Amino acid sequence: MVKDKSLNDRMLDYTNVLVLAIVGLVTLYPMIHVVMSSFSDGKSILAHTGFLFSPLGFDLGAYRAVLRNPMILLGYRNTAFLIFVGSLYSVFMTSLGAYFLSRKNILWKKHIMFLIVFTMFFSGGMIPFFLNVNNIGLTNTLWALLIPFSITTFHMIIMRTAFATIPDSLEESARIDGANDFHILFRVILPLSMPVIAVMLLFYSVDRWNAWFWASIFLRDRTLFPLQLILREILIANDLGVMTAGTEVADRSLIAATIRYAVIVVATVPVLFIYPFLQKYFIQGVMIGALKE
Amino acid sequence: MEETAVATKPRETIGTLKKSSYWNVVVKDFSRNKYAYLMVLPVVVFYIVFHYVPMFGATIAFRDFSPARGIWGSPWVGLTNFIEFFQSAYFWRLLRNGVLLNVYDIIFGFPAPIILALLINELKNKFYKRVTQTVVFMPHFISLVVVAGLIREFTAIDGIANYVVEFFGGERTPMLQRAGLFRSIFVSSLIWQSMGWGSIIYLAALSGIDPQLHEAATLDGCGRLKRIWYINIPGIMPTIVILLILRMGNMVNVGFERVILLYNPITFETADVIASFVFRRGLLEFDWSYSAAVGLFNSAVNFSLLVMANWLSRRVNETSLW
Repeated sequence: MVKDKSLNDRMLDYTNVLVLAIVGLVTLYPMIHVVMSSFSDGKSILAHTGFLFSPLGFDLGAYRAVLRNPMILLGYRNTAFLIFVGSLYSVFMTSLGAYFLSRKNILWKKHIMFLIVFTMFFSGGMIPFFLNVNNIGLTNTLWALLIPFSITTFHMIIMRTAFATIPDSLEESARIDGANDFHILFRVILPLSMPVIAVMLLFYSVDRWNAWFWASIFLRDRTLFPLQLILREILIANDLGVMTAGTEVADRSLIAATIRYAVIVVATVPVLFIYPFLQKYFIQGVMIGALKE
Repeated sequence: MEETAVATKPRETIGTLKKSSYWNVVVKDFSRNKYAYLMVLPVVVFYIVFHYVPMFGATIAFRDFSPARGIWGSPWVGLTNFIEFFQSAYFWRLLRNGVLLNVYDIIFGFPAPIILALLINELKNKFYKRVTQTVVFMPHFISLVVVAGLIREFTAIDGIANYVVEFFGGERTPMLQRAGLFRSIFVSSLIWQSMGWGSIIYLAALSGIDPQLHEAATLDGCGRLKRIWYINIPGIMPTIVILLILRMGNMVNVGFERVILLYNPITFETADVIASFVFRRGLLEFDWSYSAAVGLFNSAVNFSLLVMANWLSRRVNETSLW
């Protein structure tokens, strides 16, 4: 009887491991395929159909074309600006709001909270938002991708929840020492909230990294395009003119076969390399977000 | 701090006329919290300028807006734009597509992270557990544009998806050009990208289950499957219910950016949703008032669904998200 059960359990373990291994492989395979194709030579890729677990031949031509391409580098530069400036600015604004909302004994807190939370339920829509940003005169600047998106309400609520867990006694003793609200936020609360600040920086960075939709609408000047917009031209609109310029005409179709893969690798690998090290912060972020009062 | 603030104001002021006493309280509160109010000022300005001004701007849905005349100078036309939309063939198509994409996502996409979390939770080897998690979270960090690019490559006529179809005896087709396949492609890419990330919250709920329950059940002779069924699943049920309710509140919202990246005129029949339609009619064809009306209709439906979902979750769990 006992032996039977342990056999059952072991069978369950093996099945579980097997199922998860399959899930993992299916999840990972698209990336493997892309990486392997990107290192292959164009002629073999054009002739090949089916799965790919190692490069067919070996050719770095696609990478040379990608790294020489000024638009990719420019896209990276613009995206880097959006991430660094944008995330810091957003975290600053978000912490101001979160601080206010985590206060006790403030008369208009409820009113302001309502004003903010209401926007999670109702919005004027895409068109009035566009017309508004346009009227303000932000279109065709990178600020159009930062200022109208200063605060993500959901992130601010997460931050408020984290601030509210800091013991009041710390704040009270700071007040006795003559601290005002600015001192309390920047000298007491923020230093004690580094984990949530890290989470917020990450969340906002991911948002800025992924943003393409409003960029495609607000920006006309190509030198301002963030990376995702360049990627969209290459991957979705299939515009390889950007990429094959400057290569020999005879090589173009061969490079075209692998270049999209190389573009994907160049645009994805940095993030995928950094993220396992930050995984625990992301998980923390989701967990704080899940806390309800 | 509080005591000194009270002490500086004479007590009698609280007893006077109701209105003036309220303003006394306001003044007192402002002087005590002036820095806090100063800090929240830019935040309030942001919300007013980028959330509330567009809400009032949405009145162009009831006007015949032209940029030359401006929002306030354009003439009122009442419900004309809405009536035009409700009577057009688009109305049902957009609504149906939005709802169906959501229904498919709820049927297939919603249980996926739950099952995944239950499986990962059964892994005993810590290393293997961590590697599995890292792998299944990974797609969450690939940008939408790249995901759409991948789908384009894989579903092309010579792509890997068609290879698999052919292997099982099917015929190669350019999948993204087939209206009948759009929903499947959309929902499976969504599952691929969000399943691992979605499992985090369930894994957290699972780790909160009291191990004594498992010990007691084992002593009573329960096998693993029974313990999953009678302990783990009921243990995460509150999380499942609240997330399901909140998911239902988003029934008319579809990740329209994904739609825009994947659809094309051939697949509009099944792929076009309200937001992508608003985008095309408004931002590409400059039909401002009509598209604003469609967008406002979407916001209104969304608002009522969210209010209902929030009310329901308060009833069920005695908590609401906000």
